[in-house]
This record gives sequence, C-alpha cells and structure tokens, in this order.
Amino acid sequence: MNTIIYTSVLGFICMVAEILNLRKVIIPVAVIGLAAILALTITDWGTTVAHYNDMVRTDNFSVAFGSLAIIITGLVIALSSDYYKNEQNHISDYMAIIIFTLVGGLVLLSYSNMAMLFLGIEILSLSLYVMAGSRKYDTSSNEAGLKYFLMGSFASGFLLFGIALIYGVTGSFHLEAINTYLASATTVSPLFYLGVLMLLVAILFKVSAAPFHFWSPDVYEGSPALITALMATLVKVVMFGAFYRLFSTAFGNLGDYTNWLIALVAALTMVVGNLTALQQVNVKRLLAFSGIAHAGYLLLGILSISTDATSALFYYSAAYALATIAAFAVAIPVFQASGSELVSAFNGLGKRKPFMAAMLTMALLSLAGIPPFAGFLAKYYIFSEAMSNGFFALLLIAIVSSIIGVYYYFKLILAMYTEPTDEAVVVKFPWVYIVVASFCVLLSLILGLYPNPVIQLF
Amino acid sequence: MLTLLLLLFPLVASLVVLASGNKLAAKLALLFAVVELGLTGYGLSVFLLSGPELFTVFQEWITDPKISLNLGLDGLSMLMVLLTNFLLPVIILTSFNRVIDNAKAYFSLILMMQFALLGVFMANDGLLYYIFWELALIPIYFIALNWGGPNRVPVTLKFFIYTLAGSLFMLFGFIALYHLNPGKSFNITELYSMVISKENQAWLFWMFFVAFAIKIPIIPFHTWQADTYKESPTQGTMLLSGIMLKMGTYSLLRWLLPVFPEGVAMWTPLIMGLCIAGIVYASIIAIMQKDLKRVLAYSSVAHVGLISAGIFTLNITGLEGSVVQMLSHGVVVVGLFFAADIIYHRTNTFEIDKLGGIRTAAPQFNTLFLIIVLASVGLPLTNSFIGEFLLLLGVFQYNYIAAGVGGLTIILSAVYMFRMFQRVMLGKTNEVTVNFADLHWNEKVVLWILVIVIIAAGIYPQPILAIAEPALRIILDNAVLN
Repeated sequence: MNTIIYTSVLGFICMVAEILNLRKVIIPVAVIGLAAILALTITDWGTTVAHYNDMVRTDNFSVAFGSLAIIITGLVIALSSDYYKNEQNHISDYMAIIIFTLVGGLVLLSYSNMAMLFLGIEILSLSLYVMAGSRKYDTSSNEAGLKYFLMGSFASGFLLFGIALIYGVTGSFHLEAINTYLASATTVSPLFYLGVLMLLVAILFKVSAAPFHFWSPDVYEGSPALITALMATLVKVVMFGAFYRLFSTAFGNLGDYTNWLIALVAALTMVVGNLTALQQVNVKRLLAFSGIAHAGYLLLGILSISTDATSALFYYSAAYALATIAAFAVAIPVFQASGSELVSAFNGLGKRKPFMAAMLTMALLSLAGIPPFAGFLAKYYIFSEAMSNGFFALLLIAIVSSIIGVYYYFKLILAMYTEPTDEAVVVKFPWVYIVVASFCVLLSLILGLYPNPVIQLF
Repeated sequence: MLTLLLLLFPLVASLVVLASGNKLAAKLALLFAVVELGLTGYGLSVFLLSGPELFTVFQEWITDPKISLNLGLDGLSMLMVLLTNFLLPVIILTSFNRVIDNAKAYFSLILMMQFALLGVFMANDGLLYYIFWELALIPIYFIALNWGGPNRVPVTLKFFIYTLAGSLFMLFGFIALYHLNPGKSFNITELYSMVISKENQAWLFWMFFVAFAIKIPIIPFHTWQADTYKESPTQGTMLLSGIMLKMGTYSLLRWLLPVFPEGVAMWTPLIMGLCIAGIVYASIIAIMQKDLKRVLAYSSVAHVGLISAGIFTLNITGLEGSVVQMLSHGVVVVGLFFAADIIYHRTNTFEIDKLGGIRTAAPQFNTLFLIIVLASVGLPLTNSFIGEFLLLLGVFQYNYIAAGVGGLTIILSAVYMFRMFQRVMLGKTNEVTVNFADLHWNEKVVLWILVIVIIAAGIYPQPILAIAEPALRIILDNAVLN
C-alpha cells in the first residue's frame, strides 16, 4: 500500500516541478525516487497485510510483480531523458503521466476487490490514452490515442458489466468472498458465468490476445516509440499479474468452464501473433505482433493455476520485458536518425554500430527463446507447467508457433548483418541508451544462467 | 578439474581472440587451438592410465527444474573430444594465406563453436546437453551468414530454422521425460534406468530422432544440407561436416538408444530402411552433380547414412564401426573440403566441367588429394576401410539384404569420387587450370597431417576400438531389450 502512495506522491512532485521550474532535474529525481520506492517495496517481502477494509492487499505476489513493474518504468523513464529533449515544455506532464501509469499497474497487482480492479485498469488506461496521443501535431499519434480510447472504453464497459453481474449473483466484490461462494454454492446461476465471460473478454482485450488484438498493432505503430515500449512491457506484465491474481484467488474453483476458453484463445493468439508478424515490415508492428504471440505463451501460465505457475509467469514476464526494453533502446535512436520505422532502417547496423547491433541481436535471440538467454528458460518453465497440466495439443501448437517466431526475429538480425549500409544516415546512441540496453541484456543473460533466486521466490 | 579446463579454455580463448586485433587473430586462434589439443593429449593419457572416473564433474546449478553441471568423459565422449580438438587447429590452419575480413570475429566464433561442441560431447545432464546443442547453432549460423557465398541469406536461414525446429521437438521430449521421471531430473543415469511405458516410448522416440536426423542428416530430413555446405565459407563447411554432423550420430548413441529401448526396437526397421535408402539415393545424386562442393556434400550424406545404419544394428560390431567411421569421416571430409577450397582459391570455380589437368600443374597436391579420395572410397590401409568394413559387417549381422543394398556404397562412392577426381585433376590443362600453383606451406602442413592420420589409423585402429568399447557396451546393455 505504501508503494502506491509513494508512487502517487512522486507523480505529483513531477507535476509540481513544472511550476517550480525544475525541469532539468525531473528525470534524475524520478529515477532516484523510483529506486527508493523499489527498496521500500522489497522490505515488504514476506508479509501479507490488508489495507482499507481489505480493498488492497500486499503480499509476496504484489511485491515481486510490483518490483518488476517499478524497474520497467524506471528504465523507460531513463530512456525518456533523451527522447523528450526537444519537448522540454511538456516533460513534467509526461513524467507525471508515466508514473501514474505505474500507479495503475501497482493497484492492479495488489487488489483484492473487484472495484479496485476496475480502478486500476482505468488509472492505467487513461494515462496511456493520453500518452498514446501525446504527439499533438502528428496525425498517426492522434489516431492511436483515439483508437485506443474508443476500443479501451468499450472493453471497460464489458469489465463493469461483468463485475456487476458477478456482484448480482454472489453479493460481493471481494475476491475471496466470490471464491467461497463458488466453493459452497450447490447451483451457480448462469448469470455468473456470463459475468465471468465478460470479465474475461475485457482482460483479454487489455493483454491483446486474439481475437481481441486488433487495436494493438495500430496503437503501437502510431504512439511515440517510447510509449510503445511502455505499453509492450509494463502494461503486459501488470495485466497478466492482475489476470493471474483474479483467477487464482476468485475463480480457482471455476475449473473447466474457463479453461477450454482460455486454451482456445491461447492457441489462436500464438498462431495469429506469429503468422501475422511474419508479414510485417514496420518494426513497431513487428514488436506488437511479437507481443501478441508472447501473450499467447503467457496464457499457458494462466491455464496452469492449479499447479501454482506464479514463478513461471513471473520469470517469463521478466525475461520478456527485459528483452523488449533492450530492443527498444536500440530501435528508438535508429528510428530517430533514419526517420523511418521499417526493418530497412536497420540495414548495415552490424557494421556501423557493432556493439548496439550485438545487443539487439541478443535481445531478439532471448525473445526467440534461444539459450543461454532468459527467454529460453522462460519458455521452458511455461511449457513445463502446461505439460504438467496435460495441455499436450496446446503445447505442440506453442512449439510450432515459436519456430515460426524465430523467422521474423531473424528478419531484423539479417537486415543488420547482411544488407548494405545507407551511409547518409548517422545513428548516434546517447549513453543512457547504451547503458539501458547493456543492463537489460546482461540481466537477461544472468537470469538465463542463474535463475535460482527468481524461480525460488514463490 | 581437467574436464572443466578442457571445456572452458576455448571459451576464454574465444573472448581473447575477439579482443585482439584482426591481424593477430588467426595466429592467436591457432595457438590456443594447439594448446587445447595439447591439453586433450594430456587428458587422454590420464584417461588411459586411470580411467574415466577422474573426469566426472558434478555441481548443482538450477534447483527447479533440477539441472546440474554434470560433465563426464567416457570412451565415446573422449574420442569425440579428441576429434573436435584435433580438427580445430587443422581447420584454423586452412584459413592461413586467405583474406578474411573482420578476422577476429571469425576466429572468435570458430572457438566459440568448439566450446559448444565440447559441451555437447561432455554433458551428462539432459538440459545442459540441450543448451550446448542449441548454443552450437548460433556461431555456425553467423559464420555462414557473414562470410558465406552469394546465396547465403535464404540458405542459412533455412538451415537455422530447420535445425531449430528439430531442437524444439527435442526440448518437448526432454520436458516430457522430466515429468515422467519420478526423480524429477535430467540426470543421464536416471534417464537410462527409468521405466517408460511402451506407448510413451513410441512417440518420444520421434521427438528425439527428428532432432538428430536433421542434424546428421538422414533422408528425408537432409534438404538443408547441400546448399548450406555450398554457401558456407570453407572453415564453416568443415565445422559442419567434420564435427557438427557427429553431434547427431553421437546423440543417437548417447541419448536415444539407451533411453528408449522399446521405441528403438519398434522403429528400427523403418529407420534402417531410411538409412539404407539414403545411402543409395545420395550416392546417385552425387554422381549427377556438376559442382565440386555439392558432390562432397552428397557423398557426406551417403556416408553418414551408413554410420546411422550401423548404430541401429544394435550389435557391438555395428556400433564400433560407427564410432571408427565417425572419426575417419571427420578427418577425410575436412581434407576433401580443403582440397575443394584450394582448387577454388586458384581457379575461382567449383564447376567440375571447367576444371581438368591440375595433376600436371600441381603434382604434390595431386598425390595428397588422391590419398584422401581413396580414403573416402574406403580403400584398405586407410582409416575409412576399417570403419566401413565393421559397419557393413554389423549391418550384415542385422539383416543380409540391408547389407547387400548398403554395400553398394562402396561401388557408388568409387563412381562419384573417381569421376570427380578424373575430371578435376586428370586430362589436359585448360586456360582455367594452366597457372595452377602448387601448395603453400600451410596447405602442405594440413594435407600431410591429414594423410598421416588417415594412414596411421588405417594400419593400426586398435587403440580407437579399445577406448570406445567399454562405453559402447554400457550403451548396448541399456539399448537391447532382454
């Protein structure tokens, strides 16, 4: 709970900094503040405390996923120091909104009441609607913001309706009360199932699982690249955390009703995500579809709740987020220098900037699931959980689709190493980007070689 | 300790070479490879004096899933390590007097490849083995991609995805084994003693077999091979055909036969059919080829078909033959591809029809190349003769019809190799070959080393058999149903 309060305060400080004319120090302050909040969060480890009539509950799950979310946000904010160098007038607004996105995420990772679930999703989404459209004079950014807002509010409607129906049947918003109701009720009203279905649609929309994924490539493409990075990492991680929390506490006794549905969605998401990614020439869209495909793999973790897949899900989220941030840290300066977001912008990067090209290569190899990077063990854990829950057919689909996945990650690698260079374009990597990319890749390598501390958390 | 030193030295060497300069890289890499070979020689003497127990390394690594740093060297692994570490300095030496851009990256990747290959041959833990198996793919992919021929991009991508697809099925197989294993580990001794139901063995067999069959390659999984061999730079082709292919045949022995005895019993007739058909099919294709490197590529498919057939005979003769032939094929194929590289370097073509008359221009090269060609055909007193003889004897004990058809390899390989040799080396010189210079010092050294090894192993193969036999007996005891 303290984490949420402190993070909100940090957001307000960022807003006030505008008035006090402290724009120059805002990013270092935000990063240091987040580091302090991270330290405070970690001290909560091992305790389970309920706050405000059990609306919010901090436990090991929220501490672990919350720390991951804070680290991701910190890295993105570090990148923004250079990204927004020409927009100093708005920097405090941007920082504040990015930090409020994190607040939404933290609520989503620690809620124990459906009302807080709704609030968390709204705080998160509203901040993102604004950020997606933050390039005021760019039509595609406006389009992205509006598209995301319209589709997102539609999904919120589903969410509210679902929560209302469940409340109508069980008489409570509280996750554990719903669970007790399910365990004790002899017959469950069909309205309850309808409610669960609507809730599921809303959440699947937010994690961009097929067939609710159509918004994500367009929004990813139109938004400023840094915000795309935030959406691809932070939002995906916290939404899966919320998803897992909901199903492991409230709907643990639901069983087969949701399982086959999620399995179907997972299969579809993996196949659609990977197959569509094959045809993309725009790097942001490519990463959007890769994110969709990874959502499919993460859904395997949601399916494995009965064997406690928390650590597998956490490890996978961390591996995915680190690799994606590293990829964006290399991609953003390339986009800016060449003015293009196509794969061809990366032509010859291997010759011009061998170090950063190597970083991007390693990040992509991790996303493709190749040892010794964290992406490999992440796939292993998720697949292993699915295997112990008996989803053999789904696992075969997952394996075949991850083979397809290799192909499009290699499109970028091939562009960097085999295509001729465009001499006119000079890519300059600011030092922050180099530090962030190497940090993420190094961490991903360490996690891949020595996963014990993370995997033994739960 | 010695095991870890043997394994990690190439990794350190690779990093040092990467940090050095382009001019120094080749010499430095050669130096490191020779030191590693010296270490291997010392390791071999320790192995012969005090047995394989000294080489076991066990260290807990990841607790969930239980993966440990479990390394060991038995006779089979020792021979494969010896092959790898013998060929590496030879392969590096072949690149001298050739222009290679960004040499430090090139040699660093070659040494990285050595590290991964050694890991594959040493690992006694399933997932550790799998990680090294995958790791071996990355350096060779970039070697072929960055230094390969004009058509390299699509060809190497096909190669990468093809082999990775196989590996992922193997990963699926390993995860399934882990869940079936009551001890929940990948330890090889536990996997050997595990009881797996017949139904599970029937499908798990294929999960592993496909991965190995792609790497070897056994038809119909061979379509990536000829193009990749053709497009890779010479050293890449040597690594692929000389050592990497042996990863597949080695894994058949180590990870397939003893773990799934019932699966093997069930599918052996089919696999044997594939192997034997592959020998004849690849030989016929090799006869039709117009490109020197492709002839050698298909001849390699034919030879490894026989090696795999020998492995599936499940008798000690066939298994011993396969090990001997793995080693001799490694040595011979590196010699053949080097000869092709020498010809290409001087004439700029691999087309057989454009060549001819090199014998007159370069008599010393001619003699050495002829000896290697004869070894490839399996002439007595060369190392391949012992291997092919044992293999055919083993196949004969399994089934005489299979041996009859497989025995065609001797005739067919003579047809395509001599046909190639005749058109390339004999006859009159033409404008392409008239200025063919004879061998440089490094070419002489490489070819002489290979020829000496070929003849020495052909005359006195007993040590190889003696080292391999105890390990093969253990494998066979687990692989044969009682």
